[in-house]
Amino acid sequence: MLAAYVPILILFGIAVFIAVFVITVSAMLGPQRGTPRKLAPYESGMEPIGAAIRRIPVKFYVVAMLFIIFDIEVIFFYPYALVFRELGVPGLIAMGVFFMVLVVGFVYEWKKGALKWE
Amino acid sequence: MEPIQIPPVDLTLIAPLLTITAWAIVLLLVDAFLIPDERKKLTGYLALAGLAVTALVAVPLWNVDGSTFSDMVVLDRYSLTLTWLFLLIGGLTIAMALEYLPRHGIEQGEFYPLILFAVASMILLAQATDLIVIFLGIELLSLTLYILTGFAYPRVTSEEAGMKYLIMGAFAAGFFAYGIALIYGATGSTNLAAINAYLAAEPFVLSEQVLLLAGVGLLLITFGFKIALVPFHMWTPDVYEGAPTPVAAFMSVGTKAAALAVLLRILGSAFPLAYEFWLPVLSVLAAVTMLVGNLGALTQTNVKRMLAYSSISHAGYVLLGVIVATERGVEAFLFYMLAYALTNLGAFAVVIALEQRSESAWSLDDFSGLFQRQPFLAIAMAIFMFSLAGVPPTAGFIAKFYVFTAAYEGGLGWLALIGLLTSAIAVYFYLRVVLRMFTRDPGRPVEPAMDRGLHLNITLAAGLTLLIGLLPMPVVNLVERSLVALGL
Amino acid sequence: MDTLIFIITAAIALIGAVAMVVARNAIHSALFLLLNFGAVAVLFLLLYSPFLFAIQLTVYAGAIMVLFLFVVMLLGAERIEDAPDQIAWQRPLGIGLGVVLMLVAMATALRASAFAPPPGGEALATFGDPAALAALLFTHYLLPFQITGIILLVAVIGVVVLNQRGRHRSEEAGREDARTRRREDARR
Repeated sequence: MLAAYVPILILFGIAVFIAVFVITVSAMLGPQRGTPRKLAPYESGMEPIGAAIRRIPVKFYVVAMLFIIFDIEVIFFYPYALVFRELGVPGLIAMGVFFMVLVVGFVYEWKKGALKWE
Repeated sequence: MEPIQIPPVDLTLIAPLLTITAWAIVLLLVDAFLIPDERKKLTGYLALAGLAVTALVAVPLWNVDGSTFSDMVVLDRYSLTLTWLFLLIGGLTIAMALEYLPRHGIEQGEFYPLILFAVASMILLAQATDLIVIFLGIELLSLTLYILTGFAYPRVTSEEAGMKYLIMGAFAAGFFAYGIALIYGATGSTNLAAINAYLAAEPFVLSEQVLLLAGVGLLLITFGFKIALVPFHMWTPDVYEGAPTPVAAFMSVGTKAAALAVLLRILGSAFPLAYEFWLPVLSVLAAVTMLVGNLGALTQTNVKRMLAYSSISHAGYVLLGVIVATERGVEAFLFYMLAYALTNLGAFAVVIALEQRSESAWSLDDFSGLFQRQPFLAIAMAIFMFSLAGVPPTAGFIAKFYVFTAAYEGGLGWLALIGLLTSAIAVYFYLRVVLRMFTRDPGRPVEPAMDRGLHLNITLAAGLTLLIGLLPMPVVNLVERSLVALGL
Repeated sequence: MDTLIFIITAAIALIGAVAMVVARNAIHSALFLLLNFGAVAVLFLLLYSPFLFAIQLTVYAGAIMVLFLFVVMLLGAERIEDAPDQIAWQRPLGIGLGVVLMLVAMATALRASAFAPPPGGEALATFGDPAALAALLFTHYLLPFQITGIILLVAVIGVVVLNQRGRHRSEEAGREDARTRRREDARR
């Protein structure tokens, strides 16, 4: 059963390997001549001001929540795509009802301005 | 590949559910697009119309019986009677909220579609015969209630209540999901009838079915939480106090009725054979609930909290009707729920009438001398208090009588006795409110905020409470006829 | 082989879960939870449920984890302050009851394993196959599927309602401010 997923495991292994490899090799081979500018956490000309850990606005959170809701909706489309030919018109109706309910949600939140960033 | 057949679906069997859900969805859009901010009350009236239409749609289904959606929902008289009860609860709640929301500056049009969704989920629960549908129904109901509980922004107690309810509710939902998994593992089905059939066909010792028993236990925990049985009741006073008062009223009767109704169906149609296992557990829960609920209410000086504890104790009384699992018990359950819904919604309506923006009017002192200032409110509140205490000639008396006799006949005499004794305790704190209203001098003048919706609400609730108390037979007939095959 | 993989992933899942609870830094907690999600995803694979495996990774390890991180960053709650418990006996009692519950659950699982799997519980040839799952979803589980849609809709309403009112109110307050300012200007 799990043999089918060995390629995924190999891919995962390659990803980890590349990440580790790139960092260690560049640390070993690269010249290490640090200047204060170069050692600053962010060296594209900006002076870093204040702590990196800051509170972020609540809007990100609202968008993330709305995203999850529609993410879950999309999840249901995947199994539908697998069998939509076999289901035929009744399946289309069933999916259509489900989809319309969520379109209502989308239209509603749009109208209410929940998607506006301001 | 060969085509997959979707099994035939009979939509007439879920017509009330469809009507109210569709109405709620359309109302949501109508509210967002057509109704201007200053006329949100119109949304409330449209929601009331939706409840009325749904009630009418349900009428021709009285003689229809059947199940659809792969036996996941059933239509029977039991579910229809409950449907009407839920519609009534929803209607009274909206009538209470019409003026309450703008007065407290928390009016948003979504309130009314959300109430409709909550009522829809309750109807779904009354019709559900599959654990998965029941789980989804409970989740839908809880989700709407989390939102409604936190509706009274920027009052901090409301946010706190919403948060508390959400966390506890999510925790309870986890128990339910795990319980379903164990029951499925033990019996191979989530369908109530199929579970019973499996248990009946297989000759084994039930006490060795640990998976099944553990699963049922987990389900009971969730119901304990939703119905607010002791010791799962801790959240109740805080949430009721913090939630907007109409929402608290709705929760105190609606959630309880829906959860008890579905608990009754689960016990009656899936686990009648496990009777000897769940009965002792639920009996003890009922006894403790009656005791703690009433003792807790004794010490409260805040009327809203007192009503919260009182609702806990009443859950204990109704549970008696559910667990005796005789026909008499189910009748008693339905009757009690109706009487309690009317009375409690009425009592909350009086609280709303006295409630100011400052939230100060929940203290017992605010009821002092109410009779001199507002005889109508005082008399109505007295009727509700008498009914909650179970004093004749009110609906509450008949309801308690019904439940206690059902428990006695069903062999739970000791529980009926505890019920009687705790009712005697309860008389003290209910009558304390009445005495305050009629004998004391008015203390701080509280300007009651009466409006047509509240007036109608209180009159209707008080009138019906008295009427059912004096002439219980029509309702008794209704509940007697509501009993169809519940596996009893 | 499967047993070995199960033991390893289950151990990782457990370690992730426990570490998530005990970690003092909320970001670390979130990352341990991510580890747990990943391990549980592999457990789903072992249970012949590739679809759940994919969902576990996209929805839980992807979207929900981002949401958690947003909350942590929103509140600036990376570190938990060591506030003493208001009720001192609460924590030991909770841990004790948790242990009891776990023992009961383990006893249940051990005793239950002595029984043959009930009908319907056997692994079918197509069990967990996404297409078979889809066929079930649109036939037997059609109603739960539709209810899920309604639940998601209510969730959308919840997000909008609980977010909107803050904005609404601040706008109103702003307008109120502007009005008083104008009135004061007029008086001057």
